[in-house]
Amino acid sequence: MRAPDTILPLRTDGLGFTAGGVPILADVDLTIEAGAPTLVIGPNGAGKSVLLRLLHGLLAPSAGCVAWDGPAPNPERRQAMVFQRPVLLRRSVLANTLYPLRLARIAGDESEMRARAALSLVGLAALADRPARRLSGGEQQRLALARAAALGPEILFLDEPCASLDPAATRAVEEIVATLAGRGTKIVMTTHDLGQVRRLAGDVVFLHRGRVREHTPAAQFFAAPASAEATSFLRGELLW
Amino acid sequence: MQDLASAFATALALIAAGDRSVAQIVLLSLRVSLTALMVAALVGLPLGALLAVTRFPGRRVIVVVLNALMGLPPVVAGLLIYLLLSRSGPLGPLGLLFTPTAMVIAQAVLITPILAALTRQVLEGLWDEYAEQLRSFGASAARAVPTLLWDGRFALLTVLLAGFGRASAEVGAVMIVGGNIEGFTRVMTTAIALETSKGDLPLALALGMILMLIVVAVNVLAQGLRDAAGRWTG
Repeated sequence: MRAPDTILPLRTDGLGFTAGGVPILADVDLTIEAGAPTLVIGPNGAGKSVLLRLLHGLLAPSAGCVAWDGPAPNPERRQAMVFQRPVLLRRSVLANTLYPLRLARIAGDESEMRARAALSLVGLAALADRPARRLSGGEQQRLALARAAALGPEILFLDEPCASLDPAATRAVEEIVATLAGRGTKIVMTTHDLGQVRRLAGDVVFLHRGRVREHTPAAQFFAAPASAEATSFLRGELLW
Repeated sequence: MQDLASAFATALALIAAGDRSVAQIVLLSLRVSLTALMVAALVGLPLGALLAVTRFPGRRVIVVVLNALMGLPPVVAGLLIYLLLSRSGPLGPLGLLFTPTAMVIAQAVLITPILAALTRQVLEGLWDEYAEQLRSFGASAARAVPTLLWDGRFALLTVLLAGFGRASAEVGAVMIVGGNIEGFTRVMTTAIALETSKGDLPLALALGMILMLIVVAVNVLAQGLRDAAGRWTG
């Protein structure tokens, strides 16, 4: 159990999202508890990214609701998100890391300390003064992670953070994710890399055509998937 | 042709000698246009950025009006400011008509819409890219404005150049509200117009060359800054 000062669990109730009359997600009832990473998987177009944006509050639900059941106030300030394509400001690596801290009104010394610690965590401390947008793809994604980690969020949403990275960069990102999870940050991450799910997941949310087909512990998901779709997905068959 | 050549030679001599009246005219031109640029930037840049990040009813109307005002004829702007500042106008008691301040106001009015409209265009693209991430950080639209202005700073340099170009090149507005008074409100463009109609081509040419030189120099400087920025930000 975490300390009582928590915004978790995160609960959705009949959550649905419709874009221009097209249903993207429907009837999502999920409870996300503190603990090991939750991985959201499913074929392209299953609604993974939309689900993360709804949970993070970037999209407003068309139906149902997202509720933070923990006792701690201001849940919106205790979460962060990293996107598939990192959005880096046209500033130095350090300035990028400082930006959200300043926005959160964290004092100068404290934010500088946190930013540098986060950059060390992702192995970018030596590049602090470099222009962020001159970094390689893998470094950019690590910087996005550092920027989110510096905020010290209780829950961190990662939307396919490794989708456009090579294996070495993917491995670096996974190590950082594992470290953050080990420190008690709840990770909610989408991916379509099953190997990554095996390496990181505590539990798995399997989405197909906008609905949650399974939400089970990872071991159980791989050993005995309950739905036919998940079985074919695990076999590597093409789902649509 | 002979006339032109000799006028050209005299013009060069005037510049080389650092003629005092020429220098005075050039300095006043720069002072008026740069001050107008500064005032217009203080209003136009944040206004353009705010239009880039906000969505509200009536926004499209404002955008269209701003775009239309980009083509505001200088003489019309001059006339409107003249009516405001003339002795019987609402701002008449300030006694600003036929002063450099009036010229600053006229040029600022002329280029504020240009700066705002171009800033909106430049920053809208940047906002498309940043919006989701900034909202994730909990930044309000108002807080996004300084972020976009800073991150778009090198692109905005071009916007400022356009504004400066328009201000320093226009004749109509400063002629009407400044009055082209020698030694007081005579700037390069009004002097060129006057000297040309008087037939004093060398002075007109000399001022014309200096005006061109300033415009080129400013653009070279801006290009250099942009190149340096490109190397830095990638």
